Amino acid sequence: MAAPQPSSSSEALCLEAVHKAFGDFVALKAIDLVIHPGELVCFLGPSGCGKTTLLRIIAGLERQTRGTIFQNGRDISNAPPAARDYGIVFQSYALFPNLTIAQNVAYGLVNRRNGRAEISARVAELLTLVGLPDAGSKYPSQMSGGQQQRVALARALATSPSLLLLDEPLSALDAKVRERLRGEIRQLQRRLRVTTIMVTHDQEEALSMADRVVVMNHGVIEQIGTPSDVYERPATPFVADFLGKVNVLNATALGGGRFKVGSVELTLPADGNAAGDPVRIYLRPEDRHVEGDLAQLPNRLRGRIARIDYLGTVCLAELRCEALGQPMTISYSLNQLHDLDVREGGEVEIALRTDRVRVFPEPARA
Amino acid sequence: MVSAAVVPAGTPMPSRLALAKEALAARGGIVLLLVALVVFLTVPLAMILVRSVEGRAGEFVGIANFIQYVQSPALAQSTWNTLTFAIWTTAVTVPLAFLFAYAMQRSCIPFKGLWRNIALIPILAPSLLAAISFIYLFGNQGAFRFMLDWVGLKSIYGMPGMVMAMTFASFPHAAMILMAALALSDARLYEAADSMGTSELRKFMTITLPGAKYGLISASMVVFTMAVSEFGVPKVIGGNTNVLAVDIYKQVIGQQNFSMGAVVGLVLLLPAVIAFVIDHIVQRRQQALLTARSVPYRAKPARGRDWALLMLVVLMSALMLLVVGMAAYGSVVKFWPYDMSLTLAHYTYGLEEAGLEHAYRNSLVMAAWCAVIGAAVTFAGAYWLEKTKGADSLRPLIRFQAMLPMAVPGMVLGIGYILFFNLPDNPLNFLYGTMAILVLSTLVHFYSSSHLTAVTALKQIDSEFESVSASLKVPFYKTFWRVTVPVCLPSILDIGRYYFVNAMTTISAVVFLYSPQTTLASISILHLDEAGAIGSAAAMATLIVLTSAVVTGVMFAGERWLIRRTQAWRNTRQ
Repeated sequence: MAAPQPSSSSEALCLEAVHKAFGDFVALKAIDLVIHPGELVCFLGPSGCGKTTLLRIIAGLERQTRGTIFQNGRDISNAPPAARDYGIVFQSYALFPNLTIAQNVAYGLVNRRNGRAEISARVAELLTLVGLPDAGSKYPSQMSGGQQQRVALARALATSPSLLLLDEPLSALDAKVRERLRGEIRQLQRRLRVTTIMVTHDQEEALSMADRVVVMNHGVIEQIGTPSDVYERPATPFVADFLGKVNVLNATALGGGRFKVGSVELTLPADGNAAGDPVRIYLRPEDRHVEGDLAQLPNRLRGRIARIDYLGTVCLAELRCEALGQPMTISYSLNQLHDLDVREGGEVEIALRTDRVRVFPEPARA
Repeated sequence: MVSAAVVPAGTPMPSRLALAKEALAARGGIVLLLVALVVFLTVPLAMILVRSVEGRAGEFVGIANFIQYVQSPALAQSTWNTLTFAIWTTAVTVPLAFLFAYAMQRSCIPFKGLWRNIALIPILAPSLLAAISFIYLFGNQGAFRFMLDWVGLKSIYGMPGMVMAMTFASFPHAAMILMAALALSDARLYEAADSMGTSELRKFMTITLPGAKYGLISASMVVFTMAVSEFGVPKVIGGNTNVLAVDIYKQVIGQQNFSMGAVVGLVLLLPAVIAFVIDHIVQRRQQALLTARSVPYRAKPARGRDWALLMLVVLMSALMLLVVGMAAYGSVVKFWPYDMSLTLAHYTYGLEEAGLEHAYRNSLVMAAWCAVIGAAVTFAGAYWLEKTKGADSLRPLIRFQAMLPMAVPGMVLGIGYILFFNLPDNPLNFLYGTMAILVLSTLVHFYSSSHLTAVTALKQIDSEFESVSASLKVPFYKTFWRVTVPVCLPSILDIGRYYFVNAMTTISAVVFLYSPQTTLASISILHLDEAGAIGSAAAMATLIVLTSAVVTGVMFAGERWLIRRTQAWRNTRQ
């Protein structure tokens, strides 16, 4: 197969109406997805949402029940894994324990009947690339989890695949190692410009690494967008709820962007709700003003701090506001907490910041 | 700096031919395994069903044979004896084995390795050895004959001797299951109980016993099945007490009544299958008992308990050694009990006189073939079954048939083999009477445990090796050879050892299948005993134990050496 032709007609990967059922259980419903050459896309969602199944279908390790998959314009819907072009890294590393690091990295090269010298040069190049230039003669059991995962990455990249698949590659690692490797993988991916799909259930990982995030739930794609799209402009209540923290306020639309929450009337940049409709207002803890001349701002609330969860840099406070009729959580930076002298039991005044607030109709009762 | 070569250039695809070859290798292996199991297991067993509704001349007679069986008082008595024998053996063996396992896993007695090895000795011996030993000990001319009067027994022949010998033979099997069951225990449960001030007895009743419940049921089923299927022990020490396994032999070999043999075989299959099903259900539940977060329990020293258990274990070990030692001693005594001078004559012309010099050599040859072919075929079969793709509708059929031999008594398998391979128009008829059929029947007879060992080993290695190979365009069979086999080598060698020892000691299936040229050491014990040459019978039994022990020891040492030499990666933790 020739090198991928970066033309507008052939995307790196193109999924059309992919559907997967295991017996009666529907794992994926009508998935349509386009992956552009050179981008890093994260499949994000809770466990059981179908993200790993989707990755395994792209790899040919599972067969879709219906639907077509094109890679670089070629239909690979029914191709076995070996006839597809990708490298894969698993959560468990899956390094061959009885082979040295160099033999592991060379595993796919040997099969291509390259010269011995050529192979060892390539292995050395790859091990340098992942920051383990001297590890070639070691065995996997002599290395830490983070090191093993780098070797797995080198092995996956050895045959220069046009697509890199990462199946929860960082989930088995300690928090510190995870954070460092996150940055390294991202850097490497940018440098090689290899199209990459990563499956993760860790939202911070997805938001910090991805060019685009595919948020999935119950076998459907809830939203596809850049990290700021999905966090700041969530398309569905699920996305708003799954990513970060959010207050859900029960309210009634009054028409013209006005809403009644308890006995408070809020004016929000949201319309399309007919007067009298029950709605839910999704508002993140950071969507508030607590400093400056609050009196000039609309949507002001007054209340008592019932509890403070001390979390370090940013702390969360539970605000009890009689007029609202329901508690809400707002965040304070550590500096604000001290400068404004916010204490449990103290009175505060805030103004809601409405540019990122989302309003969704109340879901129909089952 | 990184060269341009690292920039993705796309991987060259394997050719269509290479892919077709790989898919063919995956499906071909599965089909081959299925055909082998059908031909060498299922069809012979089906032949028993067919034969049971045929008369002596092969005419269809419906259930006439079964009616004849039910109306025959001797055969009904055998059924009753078989069940009594199996229940008594289970009732004696399992509590003893539990005490032994408890001492090994839940106490701080010294020399645990030694006691464990002594307790495993019966595995190396044919069950006939125990029967012969008990004749030397308590037979009419036995060394401790007088002790029978103390417990009010008239003779060791019959049920008492059968139960004693069978307890010896089945003890290690029960003990191994119970040691495994007692090894799996969460220390946190005991710590929680201690923090609430729970008494030792209450902890035993509420934590230990429930935790070992499945192990106890499983051990009971295994011992019960062994006793129900046992042929050698009742044959030698049963006296006038007939059991089903002996009846099959008498019907088929004595009276050449294959139809009645088939009927008795089916009757014998019933309790074995029931025990197997119970065990299978129980084992499925066992898996959910421990979580990954459990902390293994370690016994703390407790003087009274440790002393009591040590005395008990020493006593059990002494009895084990006494049984083995008695056979060995009997084999070198000139003419028990009249001339007690020592001689090696039983080993030399005792065996020669009976024309059995080649029997021992045959056993070695057969056991070696079983070890080599068995290890290779069983492991490769389990790999193809668990790790390849394609032909998915055939896989459950293979899984079921792989577990079937565990439920089939050797005598039943043996009669199935005669019925099938002795058919004149069977193209495989040429196997009849050869060494090959002995090897085949033994491989099938002991397939289930070996298959389970292989599957367990395969499940312990990363499930994504084949996926990684596919992404690197390396066919699965290369990864099998280069990674899976080296990683699983210890288990493969274990399987070989298991086949070797069982091939040396088994008599049940092969007793129907040997020819004068291929007679085996274990079978010759039976003939020597029938001929009254008990000294030579003891000699042959002792020879088998020694051979099994030496070969096991040598294979074990070789295994250690091989692992040290080829598996540097194993013990190189940071």
